[in-house]
Order: sequence, then C-alpha cells, then structure tokens
Amino acid sequence: MKKLLCSSALALAFALPAAAQDYTPDPNATPGGTITITYKDDVATLDPAIGYDWQNWSMIKSIFDGLMDYVPGTTELRPGLAESYEVSEDGTVFTFTLRQGVTFHNGREMTAEDVKYSLDRVTNPETQSPGAGFFASIAGFAEVESGAADSLSGVEVVDPQTIRITLSRPDATFLHVMGLNFASVVPREAVEEAGADFGKSPVGTGAFKLADWVIGQRLVLEKNEDYWRDGVPYLDGITFEVGQEPVVALLRLQQGEVDVPGDGIPPAKFQEVMDDPDQAARVVEGGQLHTGYITLNVSTPPFDQLAVREAVNMAINKDRIIQVINGRAVPANQPLPPSMPGYTEGFDGFAYDPEGAKAKLAEAGLGDGFTTQLYVMNTDPNPRIAQAIQQDLRAIGVDVEIRSLAQANVIEAGGAGEAPMIWSGGMAWIADFPDPSNFYGPILGCAGTGDGGWNWSKFCDESIDAMATEADSFTDPAAPERLEMWSEVYQQVMAQAPWVPVFNEQRYTMKSPRMGGDDALYVDPVSIPVNYDYVYVTE
Amino acid sequence: MAGYLFRRVLQAALILLGVSFITFVLLYVLPADPVRQIAGRSATQQTVENIRQQLGLDQPLLVQYGRYLAGLVQGDLGRSYLQRTEVSTLIASRLPASLLLMAGGILCELVIGLTLGVIAALYRGRPLDQGLMVTSFVAVSAPQFVVGLLLLYVFAVQLGWFPIGGYGTAAHLVLPAVTLGIMGSGWYSRMMRSSMIEVLRQDYIRTARAKGLTRGRILFRHALPNAILPIIAMIGIDIGIFMGGIVVVESVFGWPGIGQLAWQAIQRVDIPVIMGVTMVSAGFIVLGNLLADIVTPFIDPRIKMR
Repeated sequence: MKKLLCSSALALAFALPAAAQDYTPDPNATPGGTITITYKDDVATLDPAIGYDWQNWSMIKSIFDGLMDYVPGTTELRPGLAESYEVSEDGTVFTFTLRQGVTFHNGREMTAEDVKYSLDRVTNPETQSPGAGFFASIAGFAEVESGAADSLSGVEVVDPQTIRITLSRPDATFLHVMGLNFASVVPREAVEEAGADFGKSPVGTGAFKLADWVIGQRLVLEKNEDYWRDGVPYLDGITFEVGQEPVVALLRLQQGEVDVPGDGIPPAKFQEVMDDPDQAARVVEGGQLHTGYITLNVSTPPFDQLAVREAVNMAINKDRIIQVINGRAVPANQPLPPSMPGYTEGFDGFAYDPEGAKAKLAEAGLGDGFTTQLYVMNTDPNPRIAQAIQQDLRAIGVDVEIRSLAQANVIEAGGAGEAPMIWSGGMAWIADFPDPSNFYGPILGCAGTGDGGWNWSKFCDESIDAMATEADSFTDPAAPERLEMWSEVYQQVMAQAPWVPVFNEQRYTMKSPRMGGDDALYVDPVSIPVNYDYVYVTE
Repeated sequence: MAGYLFRRVLQAALILLGVSFITFVLLYVLPADPVRQIAGRSATQQTVENIRQQLGLDQPLLVQYGRYLAGLVQGDLGRSYLQRTEVSTLIASRLPASLLLMAGGILCELVIGLTLGVIAALYRGRPLDQGLMVTSFVAVSAPQFVVGLLLLYVFAVQLGWFPIGGYGTAAHLVLPAVTLGIMGSGWYSRMMRSSMIEVLRQDYIRTARAKGLTRGRILFRHALPNAILPIIAMIGIDIGIFMGGIVVVESVFGWPGIGQLAWQAIQRVDIPVIMGVTMVSAGFIVLGNLLADIVTPFIDPRIKMR
C-alpha cells in the first residue's frame, strides 16, 4: 500500500510541532507552588478507561497521556505520546511513531506494547468502560465487544516505537478519539497489580502523579519531575478538596483559601460576584462546546407533526430563559455551539414569534392548544428554566406539565421514549471532543433511537444519516468540504425541528489573585476547568 | 435477662432483613437503569447488555436479592458501580467522620437542651421561661441547611472563629455539631422542662426543702437525676433522627461522612452504595434502640426487662 501524508497529517505532524509542540508561551511563568481546587462531589475514579465525570476528566488528563493531545487552550490537535504519524491514502491505516524515552510514573519506559494493551483493555467488555463505543471503527472491535476475541486485530505492534492501527471504515474523528482520556496509555503491570482498584492508584506518563488520596476529603497530585514535555508542569502540586458546596467554596476563595472553585460560581452568587469589579476581574469567560436544548419526541402525537414542532420552536423566548441563568449563555439556533467547527454562520433558525406559532398550531388543527409533559432534571436552575418554557408555551395555548426528576430518571424516561419533551439542562451534551460529528450520532442519528438510546427525540432520517456517514469517511477531520457537509446535516435536521436549541452556555472560571497563565488556560475547551499542566502561581 | 436479650437481638436481625428487602425492592422498581449510568452515552446495545449480564442485573429480582443477601451475611457489600471500589472500603473510610459528628451533635443537644430546660422549669411561667420555650420552638422548626449556612456565614466568614467547612480539627467539628444538635436541643429543653416541673412537685423535693437543704443541692442531688431519666431513652432514638440529619449537615459543611456518600450515590443510582449505607445506618438505629432499652433498667430500677 502506497502511503502518503494527508493534509491534516502534514499540518499536525510538521506544521504544528513548531508552533504548538514547544508551547511555552508565558515568559513570566515561574515554576513552584501548589494550588487548591474544590469540588462538591467525590472523585469517583482516576482510571482513564472509566472516568467520565466533570471532576476527574481533567485530573486524568494530567496524570495520563494518549497518542494525541490538544494545543493548550484550543481545540487544535497535536501529537502527544506519538511523535508523528502517517495516514494511508484511504484513511483506514494510521501508523504512529512513539516518542523515545517516555517513562511511566513507576520508572518503566513506555513502548508500543503498552499502547496495544491499553486499547485492548478499554474495549474489553470486562473493563466496563463508558468510552468503549468510541473505538468502534478499529478493525476487530466487534469481536472484542462480543467476547469472541480479547485483543483488537486492528492494532499491531510493528516495533517498540511503532504502532499501526487499522480501521474497518474511514473515520474522520479517529485522531480525536486517540486524544480522549479513554485512549490513555497505561502500564500493564500496574493495572494487573491493582486489579479493580487501579482507579485508586493510577500510574501514567502524565505531568502529575497521585501523591495522596483520602476518600471523601482530598486528593493530592504532585509534579512528575521526569515529565517528557520540557519545562512543564510549573506547579509542584495540586490539592483537590472534595465535599465542598459551591457557595462554601466561593466564600473560601474570597478568604484566600481556595484558588479555583471547580464547580464554578454558584448561580445565586453570580450577580454579586460580577458586580464587584475586584472579583469580576478574576473571572475568565469563555465559550464551551455545549448546547442546551428541548427534545420533541417525534414518535408521539402531536409532536409527530412538523407544524407543531415548528410552533414550539417559535414560541420559546430564548433571551428570557438566558435571563433566568443571569445571562450566562448566548441564544442558540442550531445544534452545534458557535465554537465548534462546522457551525453555520448566518443561519437564522426559528425567530421568537408567538403569533406565528399560534398560526402554525392552527395549521396543524390544534388551534385550541394541547396538553403535554416536559421532563427536567431537578437541580437548579433547570426547574426554573422549565417554568419559563411552560409560560412561553401557555402563551400559545399549550399546557405543559413539568416532571422534575433526578437525572437518572429523566435519562431513563428519555431513552424509553416516554417523555414528549425534555429540557436537556444538567444532562446536556458537552462535546467529548471538538468535532461536529460528536453532536449527531447518539443524540440525533438513527442509532440512538433504540430503547435506552440517547436520541430522546426519536428522530431518524435515513438520508441525513447517510450524509453524516459520508462526512465521517473523510480522512482529514478539518477538510472544508467535510465541515460544509456537517453544516448541511444540521441545517436539514433543523428543517425538521426535532429539537428546540435554546442556548450555548458560557463558562465562567473564577481564580485567586495569585493564579497566573493565559486566560485561555482557564476556559480550556478540553481540560475543564483548568489546564493544570500550564498554569502557574505568582507568589 | 439473657432470654430478653436473645429476643431483642433476634428482633433486630429481622428488622435488618426487612429493611434490606424493602430497600432492595424499591431500588429495583426505580425507573432508572444503573447500567445506562455505567455504560455512558456512546455505548452500543451490546456493551449495555454485556454490563447488565456481568453485574447480574439481567436476573430476576429474587435471584438478585438472594445474591446480595449471601454477600451481606459474609460481610461483602459489593463494589460501587461508579467508583468501582469496595462499598465496605468507602463506608469504612467515611464512618468515623459521621460517628464523630453524631457524638458532637448529641453532646450539643444535651448540653444546650438540658440546661435551657432546667432554667425554664425553675423560672416557670415567667418571661424567661416563655422566651426560652419560643426559642426552642424556633430551634425545632428551623431547617438544618438554613441553620448551617447561617452559622457558617456568621461564625466562620464574618467573625472568623471557625474554619469555613472541612474536617480535621476540633474547631471544624463545632459548627456542624451545633447545627445537628440544635433541633434536638429544642425537643430536649421542652422535655426537660416538663420532666423537671413534674419532679419538683414531688413530695421528696418538699421534704428536702423542709430539711433546709440549699437550692443547689436540691436541684443537683434530688431533682436532676430523677428528671433526666426519661431523657436517656431518647438518645437511642436520636441516632435514627441524626442519620437523616447528617445527610444535610455533611453536605453544607463538606463533612466527609456517609451522609455525603449516600447523597451522591442516590443521584447516580449507585445501588450497592445506597444499599450499603442504608444497611449500616439501619444497623446503628437498631443498635441505638437496643442499647437504650438495655441501659434504662440500670438507671431506673422501676423499669424491668421482660
């Protein structure tokens, strides 16, 4: 097979290393010091094959590395443990050359065998990884998933520094998948020694290693002195204190005891903080790959009628809903958030027009309105948002009954197709990786419509599905034609209005006065809340 | 005595069995699928089925319950679905904090409640008594999360006397213990007041007074020990009430106890953890009541064990 470097590989393997690989942007950065971060909930696990929470996602990012990584503060891919890679012409064979001399925290050198072991482990059903599905395009995945094989036939160790991964179909998102935490490289001996408790005693190649963990109280990471990227991390250590209410965390930040409240600024305190110039100056605002939406179940009347779905879209006053959350969002008109490649600039969507909405209802023969239910997660501010939606729909004669339930119950009702409408808040789609396909497959594609699937609209259009598949068969994820196709996919979805896209939440990270580093590191789209490897303290 | 103890222990075991069954059934019928929480949103149907099978969640209810019970009698509470850690490890690492908090809470409610109750009884019918009783009413009615945040704001943030939440030193314990104890202190002050008034009316108090004993001696030697008796049995019952209270108080103060663990597990349908915390809590409640029943006759010989 004739191999050539495709354009993205060129851009990533050669162009980027100059700009991104040597990312030591802040001349003022000083090494040393420790910081304190708080969270309300426990850190469940630091096993990269399993961790999928708000809290542990960025911790795992700092303890482990995968073959691919992102330029800090951006959505741009860069090589991680891989030094370079080649992609075959048809986009199905990826050959990664590993960096020399990278060691795990236990001192052993990382090799291609470890990469293979890690991919076999994450896809093995015994591991029960919530991320296993991301690797479905690797050849041999189906056999491993069904238990017929215990090793991916598509992952071959060529030599200790080279690994070749063959896909069963072209997958434009594959490099992003290799940048997910689930693709982190772990040492077999440490995993086997710890068994099911590997998540409590993680060993990786990352910038930090676990120093201490008192369950329910605190977790301490310390600098990996032998980290393979030169010059980072700057911090000597990070202490995560858990079990801290966001309000308490904010008070402690104001007293100088905390550097970053991991759960953000509590909604009730937001205005107070932003009205105080001193505190507001330490809040970093940024976009995030998030969309809040209402699903309309197209399999149940009256939402099986397009006119009704359009009417609901036109009836929602998005600006007022944004006021409910103190203006911490921008109105949305399509599934993709504005910072996502493939976002359609200039797309109007449905404007707020209650009169037009009434006309649409009349057109559908429902001029007198109807009664329906809206499912919503029961934590603030979601029930208040549901009430705003309820009022908007009452104005066009639709009577909405609010079902405010625990997260798991809403997900269950959505998966079973029992919920006519669901407000996605609290369970919403924050992208796993910065690629437009991530907002389609499970939540708008036909594959997610099965019982228990995440496509709560039960929306399935074969022709749109086909276009999505075609877009993902490109080899270059950033190819303009590919992004145009994705833009078209979402415009066609909106033409059928299975969702009401309501807003794209902004991120607000608050930090203590002594925290230094580029603002972008505090709203890093990949390492949430903060890119720990690159921030520093000034005192 | 031995027969009585045996019967009570048997009773306790049956209660625990009942609690485990009811909780298990409730979690089973809950309209939320733990496998979905484990498998994540990108999972294929095959993955979901694999996990369901591995966890034995594809089995009928009674088989699942039987398996749980078989583990339980061997002291195996299973592994957390989400943390993948032994439930017994999670509970063991958090239980000391909860027990400490409860001990602090009981101490607070007794000290505050009994003191106020005695004072109110001595000043019966006067403004001080009326004021104290209104206060106790407020204490009983105030929601714990409000009391907790209020105390936190005033004594930790404004005055800086105590740390703002957390765990570790005696200073960390004060505010959560007071928050937990304040509701009970309202009850105790009212009970202590009426119990004390009752005792002060007794003939032997009049005799003591007639003998010319000092007010203090009458109060501490004769009245208090008798008035306090009915209160003792209440402490055992308090443990049950506190098991509910710690969920709230631990959340407000960031106290690393089992209440916090239970709260997080409930939100994520982590059934083994919910079961584990429920069983351990139920065990303490049953034990508390048992101890109260056993101790009372020693303090008051008028009560006999049968």
